[in-house]
Amino acid sequence: MSLASYTARRAALGLVQVLAVVTLVFFLVEALPGDAAVALAGDNPDPARIAQIRAAMGLDRPTFERFAQWLVGLPQLDFGVSLVSGRPVADFLFSGIGPTVALAALTLVLLVPISVLVGVLAALREGSLLDRALTSITVALHSIPEFALAVVLIAVFGVQLAWLPPTAVGADLFAQPAVLVLPLVVLLARPICSISRLVRAGMVDALASDYVRHARRLGIGETRVRFAHALPNALAPAVQQVARTTDWLLGGVIVVEAVFVIPGLGTVLVDSVAARDLPVVQGLAVVFAVTTVAVNLLADLVAFRLAPRAEVVA
Amino acid sequence: MSLNRRGFLGLTSGLAVVTLAGCGSGATSASSTPRTGGRLRAAFAGGGAKEVLDPHLANLFVEAARSKAMFDKLADLGNDVSPQPRLAEKWEPDADLTRWRISLRQATFHDGRPVRAQDVLASYARILDPNRAFRAKSSLALIDLANSRAVDDRTVEFALKRPFGEFPNALAAFGAYIVPEGADDFTKPVGSGAFSFVSFEPGRSVLLKRNPDYWEGAPLLDELEFVIANEESARTNALLGGQVEYAHDLTPTTARSNASGDRMTIHRSPNSAVQAFAMKVDRAPFDNRDLREAMFLLADRPQLVESVLAGSGQVGNDLFGKDYQHYAGDLPQRQRDLDKAKFLIRKAGAEGLTVKLDTSTAAAGMVEAATVFADQAKGSGLTIEVVQGNKDSYWADTLKNGSLSSFRSGAMPIETHVAQRLLSGSGTNVTKWARPEFDALYEKAVSTSDPAARTEAYREMQRVLHAEGGYLMWGFADWIVGAKPNVGGISTAPANTLDWARFDKVWLG
Repeated sequence: MSLASYTARRAALGLVQVLAVVTLVFFLVEALPGDAAVALAGDNPDPARIAQIRAAMGLDRPTFERFAQWLVGLPQLDFGVSLVSGRPVADFLFSGIGPTVALAALTLVLLVPISVLVGVLAALREGSLLDRALTSITVALHSIPEFALAVVLIAVFGVQLAWLPPTAVGADLFAQPAVLVLPLVVLLARPICSISRLVRAGMVDALASDYVRHARRLGIGETRVRFAHALPNALAPAVQQVARTTDWLLGGVIVVEAVFVIPGLGTVLVDSVAARDLPVVQGLAVVFAVTTVAVNLLADLVAFRLAPRAEVVA
Repeated sequence: MSLNRRGFLGLTSGLAVVTLAGCGSGATSASSTPRTGGRLRAAFAGGGAKEVLDPHLANLFVEAARSKAMFDKLADLGNDVSPQPRLAEKWEPDADLTRWRISLRQATFHDGRPVRAQDVLASYARILDPNRAFRAKSSLALIDLANSRAVDDRTVEFALKRPFGEFPNALAAFGAYIVPEGADDFTKPVGSGAFSFVSFEPGRSVLLKRNPDYWEGAPLLDELEFVIANEESARTNALLGGQVEYAHDLTPTTARSNASGDRMTIHRSPNSAVQAFAMKVDRAPFDNRDLREAMFLLADRPQLVESVLAGSGQVGNDLFGKDYQHYAGDLPQRQRDLDKAKFLIRKAGAEGLTVKLDTSTAAAGMVEAATVFADQAKGSGLTIEVVQGNKDSYWADTLKNGSLSSFRSGAMPIETHVAQRLLSGSGTNVTKWARPEFDALYEKAVSTSDPAARTEAYREMQRVLHAEGGYLMWGFADWIVGAKPNVGGISTAPANTLDWARFDKVWLG
């Protein structure tokens, strides 16, 4: 199968997956107790008032009718308007995507070189003191949850030493990049560990493989053997993990956004689910589903290029 | 740090937007003498999608504070939660309390237009629009708009559908702001308040600037910025890290651990939020008066205040609105009496009974209070089983279902509390208290122009509720905000009153 037809088939499958996700999300949110009117009325749940809010939001129409109407707008990229604020859903998505993508991009830019470097170093000195030290550090770091690391970093560097801003509250992320330092460290900590371990394992396997031995017998220089022959094969498994990490980052890492006050997609999701603001939740489901499908497709294609023997059947 | 504790205070999540309570001295902070200038950044919890600048849609605390900065009501609540004139200079009812003449103060909107009687009528007409669901609607519903009129540019005459002596409470209702006639788009709001609009990024920040022509005198600050931080820990860290000068709604634990530091000053507003359990009196088992009294006697209130509120509060006496106008402070304080409670439980035939106590994280401390109370009931013969429900629909769920639930409310006039929750026709009557003779007492209180008769009617209502009502009101929580030590002029009036979260009297030292 050619790469092009494989891509086309995967894209079509992806479309079906996206539709399935948004349908599922719609009915799951519908199944949550309470609707947007109940959530908005809050601790003033006068039934007459809830009925009025419901009518004003159009929630008194049948579920399927509302879902169908939403689906009809989707091909024109019309995500509808927020039930609660009346503002277009697209506004929420755009305002949340900026911080989330910026953070994800910066994380990846740092993550990939650092973790490959760490993995390769450990593999080339397999069993050495350096390898054991790196292994100990990465395993230890990997076992610390994001929020715990965030709390410690904020307390030490943000509040006690006051070297870095403890939160991004009210800040323009691009005008004040200092606010991104602590969140980036937190986001990098675990992925660096997992990916560098995969690179190390892949590299160790590759260096011990028949084809590397053969390349050495042919008299190819050690540097070339390591980086042109062994490394690409060693990276293939890591690419899948980078894809999962990318997907995780693009979903808006809720804990990190909450602790550092970054108004990204995760924050929008938490707010809209609590408000039962279905159109906004739906818009987010589309964004998350599309990124998941796209990122995984891209990862498979990259892995295929790096190690053409690898299995890429969907 | 966990997300399910994020506190949106909105109606939405039920966290007490409604109100907080109060007495409070209206007094203020340590920072020396008032100075002008500077930008104050204030961190509040927000609601993302829900945030709006339309003052009539205000729901969250941050929206209430922003509305207050940019707009005025005709009246607002003073430190004892009684109505005080604001845009209204004075109000005069006719003899039978059905027509009220309101004289407006000389004030201007930010665009230079004067505030006129027509703006008042248009604002109330917008709130009362039958096709919309603004929060202040139920409070203003007794106005007969068709028969109300603008006498001249600065005099409004309201016709009411029934005699109502507490009409100024309605003028002070949550969200009853005066907007310019015809205003419906609030992307660039124009009000008559102490600060005027500069910019808005939903879910992130709102920037306002000083209105030099404010009728009550220009604010001391040049600029006021509201920023959003949903997590209480983030608001605290932002304050400690110097990113904001004011952090709204902190926990008693934060207050305790930062009380002695030099980076943060803690400001407490006493009597801001009543903490209670609601028993439904129309169904078993709490249709039995003896069992209700047994519950009152089971509660160890000082222990609840100490453990649940970390000491940041006062014990309650099963009555709403401690120290507010009309509060019956002379009724004896109820104490725990386990022996009498056991006796009453046996008398009610409830020995061995297990009662479900519905609670949720919709408001801070409710689950903890339920757990502590269930523990206090051990050994009484009655078993209380704590059941945790969904926080987003909690208030609507417990209005209809169950027989015992956690309850919390912010400040509002005692009259409003009774009207919304304790009359046969009340929309949020969670205790299902419906008694014609009690309704008649309320009617008497609000329709008499004799102050002594009114006071007596309020006292009688509270006596009955104290003896056999459905609310076990065990405590009143302080409302806690943190500020940089150089911030002066922060009031400790109860949350939801005029001086709470009010920034035109605040300065940066």
